[in-house]
Amino acid sequence: MKYSRRHFIRGGVAAFSVGFSAPRFLSDVACAQGASFRNLVVVYLSGGNDSLSMLIPYRDAFYATRRPTLAVPAGQALQIGRDSAGTELGLHPRLTGLKTIFNEGRLAFIQRTGYENSSRSHFEGSDIWSTANPASPQGPGWLGRYLDLSPAPFDPLSAWNTAAETPRTLQARLVAVPSIVNPSTYAFQSPNGSSEVASEQTCAVRMSSHVPRGRPHLSFVNASAQAALATLERVSAVGAYAPTVTYANNGFAQALRAVAGAMASQIGTRVFWVQTGGYDTHAGQNTVNGTYASLMGTLNDGLTAFYEDLRNQGLLNDTLVLQFSEFGRRIPENGSGGTDHGAASVMMAIGGRVRGGVYGTAPSLSPDPGNPTLENGATDVRHETDFRSVYARVIDHWLGGDAARILAGDFRAGSPEFV
Amino acid sequence: MGQDPRLQHLLRRGGFGATAAELDRYGRGSLGAVVDELIQFDRVPDDVDARFTTGEPVSPSTAVNDARQRWLFRMVQSRRPLQEKMALFWHGHFPTAYSKIAGRVGAPDATRMLAATRGEHPGGGRGQLELFREYALPNFRDLLVEVAKDPAMLVWLDGRSNTRTRPQENFSREIMELFTIGVGQFVEADVYAGARVFTGWNLRRVGDADDPNSYYEFFYNAAQHDTDPKEFSFSIYNDGGGSAGSRTSRTIPARAASGGIQDGVDLIAALARHPATARRLARRLWAFFVSEIEAPSAGFVEQIARVYQQSDCHMAPTVRAVLSSREFNASSSYFARYSWPVEYVARALKEVGYGSYPLSSALSPLVNMGQQLFEPPDVGGWSLGTSWFSTATMLARMNFAASLVGRQRADIARAASGKGPTPEALLSFYLERVTPAEFDSGPYQDLLAYLRTGGEWTGSDAQLRVKAPGLLHLIIGSAEYQLI
Repeated sequence: MKYSRRHFIRGGVAAFSVGFSAPRFLSDVACAQGASFRNLVVVYLSGGNDSLSMLIPYRDAFYATRRPTLAVPAGQALQIGRDSAGTELGLHPRLTGLKTIFNEGRLAFIQRTGYENSSRSHFEGSDIWSTANPASPQGPGWLGRYLDLSPAPFDPLSAWNTAAETPRTLQARLVAVPSIVNPSTYAFQSPNGSSEVASEQTCAVRMSSHVPRGRPHLSFVNASAQAALATLERVSAVGAYAPTVTYANNGFAQALRAVAGAMASQIGTRVFWVQTGGYDTHAGQNTVNGTYASLMGTLNDGLTAFYEDLRNQGLLNDTLVLQFSEFGRRIPENGSGGTDHGAASVMMAIGGRVRGGVYGTAPSLSPDPGNPTLENGATDVRHETDFRSVYARVIDHWLGGDAARILAGDFRAGSPEFV
Repeated sequence: MGQDPRLQHLLRRGGFGATAAELDRYGRGSLGAVVDELIQFDRVPDDVDARFTTGEPVSPSTAVNDARQRWLFRMVQSRRPLQEKMALFWHGHFPTAYSKIAGRVGAPDATRMLAATRGEHPGGGRGQLELFREYALPNFRDLLVEVAKDPAMLVWLDGRSNTRTRPQENFSREIMELFTIGVGQFVEADVYAGARVFTGWNLRRVGDADDPNSYYEFFYNAAQHDTDPKEFSFSIYNDGGGSAGSRTSRTIPARAASGGIQDGVDLIAALARHPATARRLARRLWAFFVSEIEAPSAGFVEQIARVYQQSDCHMAPTVRAVLSSREFNASSSYFARYSWPVEYVARALKEVGYGSYPLSSALSPLVNMGQQLFEPPDVGGWSLGTSWFSTATMLARMNFAASLVGRQRADIARAASGKGPTPEALLSFYLERVTPAEFDSGPYQDLLAYLRTGGEWTGSDAQLRVKAPGLLHLIIGSAEYQLI
């Protein structure tokens, strides 16, 4: 599974060698020194991404036969070369911006990520990816545990969730991560004007600062109010952010714009959550021209704008984007022009310090029940890389945390070394 | 007994809170009589839609925001509060999102599928919300059958394209995982068998696509039904057809295509009477009606599950058992639930009044609070309890309170006139009219300190014009008021 770039030919662009890799202690030291300035942006594709349509083994003999209406024609896939097993891969045709980032060596694909006995349930699946605990996917998320272990005092803006609801990944025991969908409306309003607003806000701050005895549920709501009131001022600075590029007017791109604004405004936030939905494509998936193409367009345009904005702001080297989804989808398409819930999927990592390329091997799509890259009667992709080993890499080598402690187990063995 | 905390608790949970007039009226009878009236809502006039008016023309059967506004109106104004409360419960149980449906069939048909009343529907059908209101308290098994045939559900979970040659797993998975027995009670093979069971449960359009009076309806497409036997890991048949647990009892037999719709009816009946469904409904009813702070005892779950099973899946006796339970009526259950955004908004509208606040103004704040009606985030529905509260959603709640109170400030100032000889008197005046969970002395003193800020207290009308709305905003926006 260990990636070797020599197997890779990136369409016309000369590959640079990463045969060299720094001794482990050196990168650890660098990590520890730089850790407090490093940003992590988790991008969740909600619904179960059909990653086979995102990173396509377009020459696989069974691709077109198992995907008679959904296959991307070989001529339209954006060719990016071969993986270490020699499988020729192409990106979805809407991923033109990501292909450029890939060519710059700043985008890593990690193929066939997942876990044993993959859950086909959205909720259990996303809880497993959130907690990094397939056996008991409850309690705080893996980044929540990371935040819980951060040195006190905890800044309520250490993390920023751009969705309205706090994802389990960011749920922590000790800290409440703010959810800020739109920084420009993140303000305290009053039925009164002028000086009375300040009096009301002062009272609201006082009321929410009490810790009522024996009423933990009330304390919880107070904590949400308190964190909101404590972060208003810094967040309003982000609302005034002037990006260097134009972000599309959709929730995903606007969330990334807010993330870039938070980084550029140096408000102290390091962990960000961004999500985009619509990936539960049971019907009418229309890979090339319809639903799935729109999903890829939103993903590509948002991430590309974000990447360019960060580069212009000089923030690219301090930023790692990590994309996941709760599962991949079934290989054979269903009768509704869609795909049902499957197993392993593809993760992406993007950033100025990412060692770009393709990690892991693509599935062979042969329906032979003995096909070792598939499972469930050769209808689902079998995992090759444990997703926790990807998290471990991020925690150890990007966040400067202790992966074994946070993940309650050592998943470092075989971690793809993309960062 | 208008000030009776038990009555207020019952109306917060079995309804959306109460105005002073409603408390007076319900307070004339015993608590048991109020439970009767809530459950037997068929005896109460169904006049809420006739009273629905807005300043401008609306079309709740074709424009989704109008449908949202009408539903909110019903929550605030219905004389059958438990019917609306159960409709909300079922919307949370069978979450179906407008945006996907509108993407498939267009906005007017999607709204019709979700919200049209029988009177508004060109074919005499009814939207999903009307289904939930109609089946608010009757039999859960019948409700499941209706949901399986519901046009909105057939688009939402792709049943409309479930065919013999290419079975569609989406509805099959969710009816087991989310609507009935729950995760861990079935295996993947059950999902595939269930998909085959519902092959041919499709949708058709009646009338030409460009005719505004055309509509979609369920139809059983026998030619697309898989007639082979379907085997499950759990019993489908309890009586006849083999002993419980045998392969025969676990298998839906081969049937002629013409009668194949019975497959789905059999599977639904098996899922509805499954003990795991009974327990799961009992736990969901606990969280909805009783408490999100305490977990239900095993005894409570068994008791409610037993009522459900002994009444052959009828919800009225089941919900009555919940509302009459010792646990429901215990004072420790008061304010032991986090309000859903629509519950918070409806109760604030009832308690503050909304004569100068158009209900349409509440739609956008509800989105910011994390709950847009007819738009649950996914098939699992909204995450409840503490998940409603993040900094953004809490700020949205506080800001909704500011906006409502701001629009009502003239009424508020008028009502407060003469009620504030002292700051304490003004605060007491409000705490008799709006119903936050009890303030500890800390926040209570903070509210008094707010009233004393900015000049000596006189209680003059001029002072009350500022301080009364300010105080009410702080109460409605407080953490205490978010609990019901």
